[in-house]
Amino acid sequence: MDEEFIETMLITAQLSTVTTGILLCVGMPLAYWLAYSNVRFKPIVEALVSMPMVLPPSVLGYYILVAYSPNHWFGQWLLQHWDIQLAFTFEGIVIASVLFSLPFMVQPLCNGFRQVPQSIVEASFTLGKSKRVTFFKVLMPSIRPSIITAIALTFAHTIGEFGIVLMVGGNIPGETRVASIAIYDQVQALNFEAANTYATILFVIALVLLTLIYSLQKNKSSWNML
Amino acid sequence: MEHAVIHIDIIKNIHTAHGTLPLSFSAQLHPGDIHALYGESGAGKTTILRILAGLTTPDEGYIRYGKTLWYDSKNKINISTQERNIGFMFQDYALFPHMTVLQNIQFAALPFDTALCTSLIHSFNLQELQHRKPHQLSGGQKQRVALARALARKPSLLLLDEPLSALDSTMRQSLQLEIKKAHELFHACTIMVSHDVFEICVLAHKVFAISNGVIAKHGTPSEVFRANTISGKVQITGRISSIAQHETLYIVTVVSTSGQIIQVLAMPSDIQDLGIGSFVMVYTKAFNPLIMKLHT
Repeated sequence: MDEEFIETMLITAQLSTVTTGILLCVGMPLAYWLAYSNVRFKPIVEALVSMPMVLPPSVLGYYILVAYSPNHWFGQWLLQHWDIQLAFTFEGIVIASVLFSLPFMVQPLCNGFRQVPQSIVEASFTLGKSKRVTFFKVLMPSIRPSIITAIALTFAHTIGEFGIVLMVGGNIPGETRVASIAIYDQVQALNFEAANTYATILFVIALVLLTLIYSLQKNKSSWNML
Repeated sequence: MEHAVIHIDIIKNIHTAHGTLPLSFSAQLHPGDIHALYGESGAGKTTILRILAGLTTPDEGYIRYGKTLWYDSKNKINISTQERNIGFMFQDYALFPHMTVLQNIQFAALPFDTALCTSLIHSFNLQELQHRKPHQLSGGQKQRVALARALARKPSLLLLDEPLSALDSTMRQSLQLEIKKAHELFHACTIMVSHDVFEICVLAHKVFAISNGVIAKHGTPSEVFRANTISGKVQITGRISSIAQHETLYIVTVVSTSGQIIQVLAMPSDIQDLGIGSFVMVYTKAFNPLIMKLHT
């Protein structure tokens, strides 16, 4: 039980860390584009990004499972060219998590970018700084509280995922069994003590992360805190 | 550093609350001069600054700095803001919130030009504030930092957007001196947007009064703001600081633009539309100094 417990927690931590890492790289340019672009089809991109917030995880999980299937062109292409099958694997649930947690990364970042006064960016231009230097030296540090919020929210949300991981990954120990699924599994087996341990840990992690986010938002001058 | 004359002749349709306004501005801006853009809000003053900075693209025309074309609609030339070597002070100062005062200035300067940063810190009395973040500064202190930062690149053209508008009147007077200092440090061609006639008279060599998108008047401050009918021998412009009644007459105290205090006797009819703070001209005709309100 102990070994199994540690294994499950490690997979949970791994899934959350990798998902958050990937989303930070994908979400930053996407949020920047959403905050400053004026293209006509932007509302549909915004809607697509926010879909996981309103869609039942089982819907997204179903589509992802279909896409992974070798009967579908995407699954077939993966199998033929790369010899990869994603259903019921760790990589498979990482991709599913990335899609499912996308709004939790993109929305705080996007709000952060929108709150930066335009004059600060323009001031950097008038001082001879390129767009790239302005992005890394002025914009990113200016939205630091938003970046922390986005990371904490994404991390917490990925830990809390249940439905989509179950659909796409199943419940394979050491591969796709994460804490939230283990709780369900232990309750089914009437093993309430183990379920309680998992539940307590998830509860504490979520509480700590959300407290961090709210204390950041309260302290407007959080440049000094971090 | 030698600075060149700036030739500008542009047209830009700007969208205001009252609909589209065609803005046209044509002028020669001389190095070493402080130019003021004067006019009511929404007249397009800030847009002219932004066009000079390259932050807003005009519809037509050209901007030439010496022999270099910054903008030319015919040849499709539009040099980026970054390449224009300007200093721009924004109305909200636009200091970088995550950097200290010193870092704000260093960010603007060329790498390793610490000597310039140190001298700017000294020039604007920022020694004790240099490790503070912008949110720990007062409005006047932010203004000094913004001026120092705008100069850290040794700009050929210094653009100031309503530099003193956010400050109270005592602060304004001390910071007018800072702007003069900023100008004298590098003798860059300076253009400031202002709707304060007194401030313009103290600081500017030339004024462009903008009204409804066109230059309504231009010239020296006294040429632009003076009522043209006076032929007095002595003319001093200033602001009324007090009006005291003395039997049937009034004694009006005027603080001139050069800081002089002048007392003038005035008839009850003279002071009818005068009040504390009115912008006036004191002039002599024959013997006695007389006083009249200036059109602002």
